[in-house]
Amino acid sequence: MENKPTRDGFGEGLLELGQTHPNVVALSGDLEDSARAVWFKQRYPDRFFSVGIAEQDMIGTAAGLALAGKIPFACSFSQFVTGKTLEQLRMAVCYQNLNVKIAGSHGGLSVGADGATAEALEELAHMRTLPHMTVIVPCDVLEAKKATIACADYPGPVFLRLGRSPVPILTTEQDSYRIGQATVMRPGDDVTIIGCGLMVAHALQAAQQLAQEDIQARVINCHTIKPLDVQTLLRAAKETGAVVTAEEHTLLGGLGSAVAELLTQNHPVPMRFVGVQDRFGTSGDPSDLLRVFHLMPEDIVSATRQVLQVKPATLSSRQPAKHS
Amino acid sequence: MPSTPDIQKLRQLCVELRQTVLRMIAKAGSGHPGGSLSMVELLVGLYWHALRHDSKRPDWPQRDLFFLSKGHGCPILYAVLAFCGYFPKEELMTLRRYPTRLQGHPERGSVPGIEISSGSLGQGLSMANGVALADRLDGRLRRIYCLMGDGEIQEGQVWEAAMTSHHHRLDSVCAIIDANQLQQNGPVKSIQDIEPLADKWRAFGWHAIEIDGHDLKAVLSAYDEAATIQGRPQVIIARTVKGKGVSFMELNPAWHGVAPKPDELDRALKELQQAGIHSS
Repeated sequence: MENKPTRDGFGEGLLELGQTHPNVVALSGDLEDSARAVWFKQRYPDRFFSVGIAEQDMIGTAAGLALAGKIPFACSFSQFVTGKTLEQLRMAVCYQNLNVKIAGSHGGLSVGADGATAEALEELAHMRTLPHMTVIVPCDVLEAKKATIACADYPGPVFLRLGRSPVPILTTEQDSYRIGQATVMRPGDDVTIIGCGLMVAHALQAAQQLAQEDIQARVINCHTIKPLDVQTLLRAAKETGAVVTAEEHTLLGGLGSAVAELLTQNHPVPMRFVGVQDRFGTSGDPSDLLRVFHLMPEDIVSATRQVLQVKPATLSSRQPAKHS
Repeated sequence: MPSTPDIQKLRQLCVELRQTVLRMIAKAGSGHPGGSLSMVELLVGLYWHALRHDSKRPDWPQRDLFFLSKGHGCPILYAVLAFCGYFPKEELMTLRRYPTRLQGHPERGSVPGIEISSGSLGQGLSMANGVALADRLDGRLRRIYCLMGDGEIQEGQVWEAAMTSHHHRLDSVCAIIDANQLQQNGPVKSIQDIEPLADKWRAFGWHAIEIDGHDLKAVLSAYDEAATIQGRPQVIIARTVKGKGVSFMELNPAWHGVAPKPDELDRALKELQQAGIHSS
């Protein structure tokens, strides 16, 4: 199947919400074309508001729309809609616990040629620390569409992180989707690889490679980083005894941190983290950047080998029968 | 909303509100007396004249909205709401002390009548615009008032929002500037000059009305005039005195965020009482 960017799924989902949810409105800071909200704008011009290149005002305006009963989707580049606006998101949206949805397109390194200033690498950490905020990173275009539609009926602030680059389609139209419910994409009991966004595809490729070495990796698509699917993640830690996380985001405060916070207090197991070191991005072809920043399947493979080296032997020897 | 407001009664009300606010802040041991005292007439003009509201129905969908963007001025808003009957007056004396509903900066819904959370400056006008846009979509006719400080409008978001109000011709939005001349570290003029205020707002497409913010008649007629303006947002630039009514607080930056001690409170209350007697 053709690769597609998750931002397209947001655009399609928003368009569908236009039909099903008369209270859904959209705002953009002059990036509705990039974020694909332009499809909604063309169909529902009265329900689309441009606020100019003024993200702080956009978030405040969205809060006001929500105060008056609307379900606003405010979109821009992920960096700008979360970075410039942190204070507005904190007070106007999260403190007031308003029904505002934030869509950040061009998340992560896969923005590519635009370079460091547009490459959001810290926003999951920023959004995750805000009380009331839900944080979602869809893995493919279909999931992005479902997540967009789901968050309209999920009360409170939600942040959707979307990508610009086409990514493989891993799910099907029929797969069910629930905010906060992680999906096991591949069974396995030797180790768990937990990914979000485009790193889920890389995790699956890594798992295939590992299977050739007779290592069965369970792959979890942790599309909701907050709230975490505690049950699925704890069960995986208990059953596999070792965890690798993979995210297109700084290693500080994102998916890996969230999983570590959960496991260290409830079921500590050896962990390794695949993500961006404490640094900014740069210009380049997205696929090159993913290589340079060590976010490729082979990086997950080597992290997995490392974690298996420190996994307690007792657990390894009690491994249940291998999956075929 | 009284049709012909009794100015004398409103003046007396202003005295009582000022005294109440000072008692609240003194009891709390911290707070911002100056910025509350400067906007007493502005709030009395709103809640006893311009604003369509009903304290018995705080969620009435057709009510006008008041957004206090300068959240540190909330003691006077709490007092006004209690005097209007939104919650018991006795509760005013719990200001800022755990487990009060009356935080040092307001939280939406903590008590009936508090429409937005504020305290991080510069955000109220954007929210007012959002409500106005929603009201237009839904055919709801009501006005949204947003009160800001003069120091507050140094925040860039205010001017982003000012452009949005104008671009969308949000004539249900009425901004009020409590131009009390001082901010935390001194005169606004010396910290970051914002003048000429009226010219600035007019250049942004707003209908600007400039008044003495302690002249109740002027305040009432400014609200009346603003409500008649169609096709553009309105701003009432109220020239006020920070700490108004208490001689040793007036235009003294030291009283931006300090609570009066017991002897200071006594002096302040007596001064206000005297002035109230003379004006009636």
